[in-house]
Amino acid sequence: MRMNSEKQYFFDNPENIRVVLRIFYAICILLVSLDFVVHRHTEFRWEGLPGFYPVYGFVGCVILVFVAKWMRTFLMRPPDYYDRTELREDAARGGRGDG
Amino acid sequence: MVEIAPFAPFFVAAALALLLRGWPRGLLLVLLPLAGLANLWLLGEGSFGTWSVLDFQLLLFRADRLSLLFGYLFHVAALIAIIYSLHVRDTLQQVASLLYAGSALGAVFAGDLLTLFIFWELLALTSVFLVWARRSGRAYMAGLRYFTLHILSGLLLLGGIILHGQAHGSLAFGHMGLEQNGFAGVGSWMIFLAFGIKCAFPFVHNWLTDAYPESTPTGTVFLSAFTTKVAVYALARAYPGTELLVYIGATMACFPIFYAVIENDLRRVLAYSLINQLGFMVVGIGIGTSLAINGAVAHAFNDVIFKGLLFMSMGAVLKMTGRINGSELGGLYKTMPKTTVLCIIGAASISAFPLFSGFVSKSMVMSAAIGNGHDWVWLILLFASAGVFHHAGIKIPYFAFFAHDSGLRAEEPPVNMLLAMSIAAALCLAVGIYPQALYQLLPYETAYTPYDVTHVLTQLQLLFFSALAFVWLNLRRLYPPELPSVNLDVEWLYRRLLPEAARGLVAGVFRLDARLRGAALKGIGYLMETVAGHHKPDGIMARSWLTGSMAAGVVVLLGIYLALGFAA
Repeated sequence: MRMNSEKQYFFDNPENIRVVLRIFYAICILLVSLDFVVHRHTEFRWEGLPGFYPVYGFVGCVILVFVAKWMRTFLMRPPDYYDRTELREDAARGGRGDG
Repeated sequence: MVEIAPFAPFFVAAALALLLRGWPRGLLLVLLPLAGLANLWLLGEGSFGTWSVLDFQLLLFRADRLSLLFGYLFHVAALIAIIYSLHVRDTLQQVASLLYAGSALGAVFAGDLLTLFIFWELLALTSVFLVWARRSGRAYMAGLRYFTLHILSGLLLLGGIILHGQAHGSLAFGHMGLEQNGFAGVGSWMIFLAFGIKCAFPFVHNWLTDAYPESTPTGTVFLSAFTTKVAVYALARAYPGTELLVYIGATMACFPIFYAVIENDLRRVLAYSLINQLGFMVVGIGIGTSLAINGAVAHAFNDVIFKGLLFMSMGAVLKMTGRINGSELGGLYKTMPKTTVLCIIGAASISAFPLFSGFVSKSMVMSAAIGNGHDWVWLILLFASAGVFHHAGIKIPYFAFFAHDSGLRAEEPPVNMLLAMSIAAALCLAVGIYPQALYQLLPYETAYTPYDVTHVLTQLQLLFFSALAFVWLNLRRLYPPELPSVNLDVEWLYRRLLPEAARGLVAGVFRLDARLRGAALKGIGYLMETVAGHHKPDGIMARSWLTGSMAAGVVVLLGIYLALGFAA
C-alpha cells in the first residue's frame, strides 16, 4: 500500500519495534525483581506470595483471550446478521443509509 | 438572590439555540455550562422549590454533597462534549443534547420521586434523538429499542413510586433498601429494577451496547456521560449497602470484557467497557461503607472524563476516516499523532495507571471490597482490572492507531475536537497527580492515600504483565484477529427470537384460520350438494308422486285425526 516516496514512520522500522519491546521486557523483569526487595503490606492471603500480581495479570489475560476466542465459536455471526431482518422493514419506512 | 435550578439554564438555552445560528449559537453553547457551574457553586448545599401535587410535597432542588458532586461533574462533561461538537451544524443534535444534559441535572437534584420520574423520562426522550441523529437505518432501529427499554424503566419507576407513596405517605427521595415488606417492598423492588435498567444491569444491558455505537461521533460523547451516571447516583442515594449490588456489580465488571475482546466495532468495545466500569461503581455502592461510596462516586467522576476522552478519540477516528471497525483501521498514528497521544492518556486512565485518574478511584473500591471480607469479589475485580487494560487500554489504541497499516492517511480532527480531548486529558492527569482535589468533593470525609509503594508496585506489576500477555499472544499469533462480525448477546432474545416467534405465531394463526375457513367452505359445499342432491332427478324431492299413494297418505292422516278425536 505504501508508496516509496512516503516518509518512514517510527514503527515502520523493525529495529525500533525491537528496541521498544526490549525496554518493555526490561521493565517487566525489574518489576518482578522489586517484589523480592520491597516489603509490601498485604491484606489478602495470596497477596503476599512473591509474583502474585504479575502471575495473576498474565494468566488472567491469557485465560480471558482464550475464553473469548472460544466464545466466538458459538456467538459469532456475519456482520449483517440482524440487518437482514431489521433493515428491510426500516427501508419500507424510508430510512436513509449510513451518512 | 434569585435561585435558579441547575436544569433551567440548559432548557432555556435549548430554546435559544433554536433561534440562533452560526457563532452566536456556539458562544451560547460554550458559556452555558460555565454559567451553570457558577450558579451551582453559588447555590451550594440546600433546597428550594417546593410544590405540591395532591397531598404530596415535592421538592425541585435538593443539594447535598452527593448530588453536588454529580452536578459539578455533569457541567464539566457538558462543557467538554459541547466544545467537542462545536463544528456540528445540526440543530436537532445541539438542542437535544442541551435538553438531555439539563434533564440529567434535574434528576440528580430532584428532592422527591415524582420530580425524579419526570426528569427520568425526559432523559430517555431527549437522548434518543442523539441516536436517531445519525440518520441511518441501523440507528433508527437501535434508537427504537433503546427508547422502549428506557420507557419500560420509567414505567417501573412510576409503578414503584405509587406503591411507595401509598405505603409511606411521602414521596421524598432518600434511602429505600430492599428489606421492606408488603406493597412497600414490591414498590422498592420495582424502583430498584428501574434504576437497574438505566444502570445496564446484566440481561438489561444491551440498550447500551446497541444504541451508543450507532449514535453520531459527537452524540455518543454526550450519551456516555449522563444516563448511566444518573442511575449510579440514584442507586447510591436509595440503595447503599444492598449486598445484592456487590454481586451484580462483580458480574458487570467481569462479563463485558470477554465481549470487548472479540468485538470489532471499537465504539462498541468502549460501550462494553463502560458496563465494566459501572460494575466497579455498583460494587462500591453495594458495600456501602463510606470508603466504598466515596470510591464509587469518585470512579463515576473519573469514568465520565476518561470514557468521554476515549469515545471522543474514537469519534475523531470515525469522523476523519468514516470507519470504526478494528478490522478496517490501523496505522493512524502516522497522520493523527495528537489524537493518538490523547487516546493513550484516556487508555492509561481507564487502566488505572499510577498518575492517571482511574488509579486514585478504582483502588478505593478494591480496598473497600477486601476490607469488608469480599475476597472473591476482590479477585474478580482484580481480574476485571487486568482485563480492562487488555481491551480498553491496549486494544483500542493498538487496533486504531498501530497494528497493521490500513493505508488510511486521515488528518487530525478539527481544532475544537482536539481542544475538548485535551481538556479531558488534562483533567485525567490532574486528578491522577493531585487526587485531593477530587477527594475534597466526595460525600464523606476521607483519609485515603492512593500513592504508597505497595499499591503503585502491585498495580504496575498487574498492568505490565497484562501487557506482556498481549505481546506474547500477538507474537505467537494467538491473539484473535479483528473480524467483521456480530456477536450474539442477550439482545438476541428480543432482536431475533421474539420477532421470529411472533412471525411464527402470526403465520400459525393464519394457517389455522385458512384451515378453518377451508373446512367451513367444504362443509357448506357438502351441505349444498346434499340439499341439491334431493332435488336432482331421482332425488327424493324431485320424484313424481303416484295418485294412489297420495290417497293412501290422506287416509293415514284422517286415521290420525280419528285417533286424536277419541283420545281427546
